[in-house]
Amino acid sequence: MGLGIGLGHYLTVAAILFTLGVFGIFINRKNVIVILMSVELILLAVNLNFVAFSAQLGDLQGQIFALLILTVAAAEAAIGLAILVIFYRNRGSIAVEDVNMMKG
Amino acid sequence: MVSDVTDFASLAPAYPEMLLAIGAIVLLLVGVVINKERSTLVSMLAIGLLVVVAALVLLQPADGVLFNGVFIADGFARYMKVLVLGGSAFALMLALPHAEENGTHKFEYSILVLLATLGMMTMVSANDLMSLYIGIELQSLALYVLAAIKRDDPRATEAGLKYFVLGALSSGMLLYGASLIYGFTGHTNLQQIVIAIANDGRSVGLVFGVVFLLAGVAFKISAVPFHMWTPDVYEGAPTPVTAFFATAPKVAAMALLVRLVIDTFEPISHDWQQIIVFLSLASMVLAAFAAIGQRSIKRLIAYSSIGHVGFALVGLSSGTQGGVEGVAIYMAIYITMTVGLFACLLSLRNSNGYVENIDDLAGLAKARPFVAAIMAILMFSLIGMPPLAGFFAKWHVFLAAIEAQLFVLAVVGVLASAVSAFYYLRVVKVMYFDEPTSEFAAVPNELNVIMAVSGFLLVTYYFTVGGSLASAARVAAGSLF
Repeated sequence: MGLGIGLGHYLTVAAILFTLGVFGIFINRKNVIVILMSVELILLAVNLNFVAFSAQLGDLQGQIFALLILTVAAAEAAIGLAILVIFYRNRGSIAVEDVNMMKG
Repeated sequence: MVSDVTDFASLAPAYPEMLLAIGAIVLLLVGVVINKERSTLVSMLAIGLLVVVAALVLLQPADGVLFNGVFIADGFARYMKVLVLGGSAFALMLALPHAEENGTHKFEYSILVLLATLGMMTMVSANDLMSLYIGIELQSLALYVLAAIKRDDPRATEAGLKYFVLGALSSGMLLYGASLIYGFTGHTNLQQIVIAIANDGRSVGLVFGVVFLLAGVAFKISAVPFHMWTPDVYEGAPTPVTAFFATAPKVAAMALLVRLVIDTFEPISHDWQQIIVFLSLASMVLAAFAAIGQRSIKRLIAYSSIGHVGFALVGLSSGTQGGVEGVAIYMAIYITMTVGLFACLLSLRNSNGYVENIDDLAGLAKARPFVAAIMAILMFSLIGMPPLAGFFAKWHVFLAAIEAQLFVLAVVGVLASAVSAFYYLRVVKVMYFDEPTSEFAAVPNELNVIMAVSGFLLVTYYFTVGGSLASAARVAAGSLF
């Protein structure tokens, strides 16, 4: 890893991305699409972690895991958007504050 | 242990999963070819497939590790798979009456249940962080769709959306934990992780990874403080779908948790034990008090299921073979009680459709004495009254906790159980002592059968199935130690 960028830097960036993703889900009060983007951010942070560890350890399993996560994330996004579409059809809105018929 | 994938006979431990996968795809084709609005045939075939797969799991004693170590078949996996398959089959049966009203009449419903079940079997047999993740996702993706299967119902779609968002978050946390564990041990295989931890000792990074991983699994079993999705999803989803959510997926996630903490994180048992004790205490106490104020029966069941997960975790906290045995027995009895409860719930219909509020049950004992009697038995069993099955479930887990010197946990558990008696008994009181306010419709036959079987098993547990269930659980727990 040239230019003095080591494992610690990658892990820090991934941790920041992960935290941003989690806060994006909980603090966001506007739009469900933003939540879907936050979920993607979390998964990308995880992928970054896996690839950085994989390079550091000289072991391919982490990269295989990252590829698996990419494909499953695509399927997850497809299902999330499909549920969002039927939600919009029923309620005419995708604002987070309108997801409130049941309180728990 | 590397097996040759081209050698079909060496794949024997994975036959049940392969049969289920192929069967689900064939049934998908059957559903498309029949192409009818309502498809009872596909549901019946799906139930038959689940029964055949369960028989294959029972009769197929081949244990082993397959596919470069990502898949393990052992006694524990076999026990939990039978529970999962049974829960799924009963959930499909519960969905048969009034299917149009529930949105479960589409043939996709059965296919999704089958695929979710396949995911759960993969979870139960996971021996690698990768297969663990794939299993959880196969299960979850199917469950998100099931929650929203009644497409034109605003509450069901909202339940689906909430379940999706929080489920995706929990998968993210689980994966983040998995990435840290991989980074600090250098392995994704669970057995190699044990060796790595035993050799290198614990590091802070590893403990962080374990915490994230357990938090992700705690979401799936809906243990407090990761329970917030449960009441909303249970209330919003169609009732047969809720019945499915409350049974098989919980067992699969619990089996996964048991294998992770007992097997993989055994060298750092002091670290995970604190987490499990906290989850258990918080679940039991919060569920007991939060359920008191509920008016909707489905929300009550949701909190009740959170509480029961807490009780099962009491057994796991001990980390002993007796504790795992207790968890195995607890999950079997929990499934029996939950299936019976949902059969009662689905059979209660008045002029407004399904009965949703506890107050609507008033006078049920006069109108439908059989249903009221079964429901009362279920409530007493959920409280843990001897000689009903629920008592023995709690007895096993509390005994394990006391033997492991976890006295605080056992005392709080018994107190929480006493508090929970209040809301269970309130249902009995409304059914037996309040004046009727509405007429109840006739009960479909298949639901009567399920209720009768569940009630019979709970009442006669100690004299009939108790002994064989306990010995099966002993064999299952023994394979982990």
